[in-house]
Amino acid sequence: MALDSKIPSGPLDKKWSQYKSSVKLVNPANKKKIDIIVIGTGLAGASAAASLGELGYKVKVFCFQDSARRAHSIAAQGGINAAKNYRNDGDSVYRLFYDTIKGGDYRSREGNVHRLAEVSVNIIDQCVAQGVPFAREYSGLLDNRSFGGVQVSRTFYARGQTGQQLLLGAYSALNRQVKEKAVELFTRHEMVEVVIENGKARGVIVRDLVTGEIQRHAAHAVVLATGGYGNVFFLSTNAMGCNTTAIWKAHKKGAFFGNPCFTQIHPTCIPVHGEYQSKLTLMSESLRNDGRVWVSKSKGDKRKPQDIPEEERDYYLERKYPSFGNLVPRDIASRAAKEACDDGRGVGESGMAVYLDFADAIKKYGKDTISSRYGNLFEMYDKITGEDPYKTPMMIYPAVHYTMGGLWVDYNLMTNVPGMYATGECNFSDHGANRLGASALMQGLADGYFVLPYTIGDYLSGEILTGKIKTDSAAFDEAEKNVRAQIDKLMSVKGTKSVDFYHRKLGKVMWDKCGMARNAKGLTEAIEEIKKIRTEFWSDVKIPGTANELNPELEKAIRVADFIELGELMCRDALHREESCGGHFRSEFQTPDGEALRNDDQFAYVGAWEYKGENQPQELHKEELVFESVHLTQRSYK
Amino acid sequence: MKLTLKIWRQKNKSDKGGFETYQLNNVDTHASFLEMMDVLNEQLIEENKIPVAFDHDCREGICGACSMVINGRPHGPLKGTTTCQLHMRHFNDGETVTIEPFRANAFPVLKDLVVDRTSFERIQQAGGYISIGTGSAPEANNIPVNKVDADKAFDAAQCIGCGACVAACKNGSAMLFVGAKVSQYALLPQGHPERMERVLNMVAQMDEEGFGGCTNTGACEAECPKEISVANIMRLNREYISAKLSVERE
Repeated sequence: MALDSKIPSGPLDKKWSQYKSSVKLVNPANKKKIDIIVIGTGLAGASAAASLGELGYKVKVFCFQDSARRAHSIAAQGGINAAKNYRNDGDSVYRLFYDTIKGGDYRSREGNVHRLAEVSVNIIDQCVAQGVPFAREYSGLLDNRSFGGVQVSRTFYARGQTGQQLLLGAYSALNRQVKEKAVELFTRHEMVEVVIENGKARGVIVRDLVTGEIQRHAAHAVVLATGGYGNVFFLSTNAMGCNTTAIWKAHKKGAFFGNPCFTQIHPTCIPVHGEYQSKLTLMSESLRNDGRVWVSKSKGDKRKPQDIPEEERDYYLERKYPSFGNLVPRDIASRAAKEACDDGRGVGESGMAVYLDFADAIKKYGKDTISSRYGNLFEMYDKITGEDPYKTPMMIYPAVHYTMGGLWVDYNLMTNVPGMYATGECNFSDHGANRLGASALMQGLADGYFVLPYTIGDYLSGEILTGKIKTDSAAFDEAEKNVRAQIDKLMSVKGTKSVDFYHRKLGKVMWDKCGMARNAKGLTEAIEEIKKIRTEFWSDVKIPGTANELNPELEKAIRVADFIELGELMCRDALHREESCGGHFRSEFQTPDGEALRNDDQFAYVGAWEYKGENQPQELHKEELVFESVHLTQRSYK
Repeated sequence: MKLTLKIWRQKNKSDKGGFETYQLNNVDTHASFLEMMDVLNEQLIEENKIPVAFDHDCREGICGACSMVINGRPHGPLKGTTTCQLHMRHFNDGETVTIEPFRANAFPVLKDLVVDRTSFERIQQAGGYISIGTGSAPEANNIPVNKVDADKAFDAAQCIGCGACVAACKNGSAMLFVGAKVSQYALLPQGHPERMERVLNMVAQMDEEGFGGCTNTGACEAECPKEISVANIMRLNREYISAKLSVERE
């Protein structure tokens, strides 16, 4: 099957404006007759639900948390990119576009990325007008800082809590629509199935997490905005509840999964402590603006950092990448940390950490300045580790943070299933094989505020005569039956091991064999090991309580069942992609100095996987990537 | 280390509930409080008992989901710290730790340590926003904001909506929560056109939800994990009175 990306023709910088002028619209009277379901209330979901509500559509929005404000976008720290060029440092829409394409190691679509760069400036305007308290200078105007992988300062921020402030902005816009009764909000409701009727997405099945009630909701379009699937690794910087269930169910109902193996391992996280560890905590990449990364030059050096003299330290990022230094993109910084540790030069008790040192920055700018930039991050570090980063260098190690892969979508953000959309992190679209810092917030809000409200009309204009979608159809019966069958099956296993036991087991396989470095042997083994975990899970998982009450163990079980299946697909995708690019590093494919070695002749495509049924391997479809404006080169940050 | 845990167990909203006691024998001091709860739950599952339900999500102190009263204090003994960021090194070997849900009229218990905080949602829906539609915003730097005001607005906007202020207050008052939101918008020029309706609507909703009044004891500020200042309550009162007087004058 040929995948049509539906990128408009015409010059790159005119595609989006021409598209907007010619896209089909739904008139206001008809919008009232159209129902839209949005799943997820993070940046992508809340902004979409609010904007669609403002337009006059009838919107229902669902989240599994007890409040829409708790979606995991809230935890993003560093900032949001926009090509405002307030700094007069040579930034432009084209440069943001180019940096994103290059940062993604040439595995994203030019058309999508240019559109993202174009609307980035509108996002800042929108958020400021909503009352988002961005950092400001004494002039009263907005402040910027720089981030990894770029040479301009285009990142807007609100101390180390940018995601929180942007999400609260989107949440406030959502609340306004809830009050206007344009949007109906369902908290503590989790989507557990999508309903497809005559090939079109027509609704969802959700579970009320307090009562266990299974509900049917119908709509003319379903928007999935459910975030990333990093928790497939068990340990990640994602919130505990982040999951793949919504997009996985969509995948099993026909939506193609794009580039599932593209995972971002963030270089600056607090290292793993013990067996009980439940999640990992990120330390914002913005810290690399002033922090210097180093290890000892000698192996097995157990001295305290203060006792290692300057000339015996290896500031390896500055040494290897003089032009970007500590601000190389995430994939490169992560691999470099892994190399240092694999070389026996890691620090801390486990030897699986490197230093991030602020001593020079404090000397240069003073403690107060550093505190105003990163105060809350330093405090957070101190709380978790019991060490004061003003006095001793932080210890950091890479951890799973973001997934560039996700549901395949076209330029309209629609999956290959008509009427089903995917926005924000849960689609595959804009970041290629590696996302640049401060671009996730940008994409989530771009999709929700400025892209989807236009593109969804193109499809919905064909739905104005459809009338109300009924929930008593055979398609809904079937979907609900499947959900009940899955829950009954899980509850009836009554085995001996908890859900977390299997989740940890899966996570370990994924981290060891489908993590920062991958190879054919490991991936082949991982696929077999995951199959075994799956069999064991379904025959020996233990879920206490009943399905008709608040039951967190059952919630987890439903999610982990899907993670297990996804994990296998990720390994298959990683195995088939015989090249290294961005966050996907196959150790068989590297340059003589250890950098990712792309194979553009054979792999300059999006790998989109089609579900073929229980226990059948997915079928690969390819969307060739066409580069008209950018010349593909070996990425260099030296 | 060893701990004795006294935990509030309640099957559902209508159940009366009560304390149960559990022993944990091997708690790692580096573990977070919620990781200690995970270990307890694994132990309970092993023993064929029902694990303790509690709200949690980000585990990095920002989502505001966790909502436990630990030894009588919302989010436990550490200043400016959510439960998820509290680590076991702050407890002593052999200690008995009492764990309850956030309690307030407006926060009914759903199960064990899980409470219903949708009253907060309804307060936000009553006016916690600036009425700006997508696409109609002016150029961002056309709205300069004095840096001091912007910083104060940020301080107020840091509220994570956990409800510790309510749980800490003997009156079950939500004034700090509402004060923080009202302050954020009152301090920013963008918030000015609607400042009167906003404060009146949010306070009316707060009263309707059954939150108590403020008697200036300051427990909310002391227990707030984001250390939101009670100055925001003063500002709320000022905004409210001035709005009330202006509206009555009309």
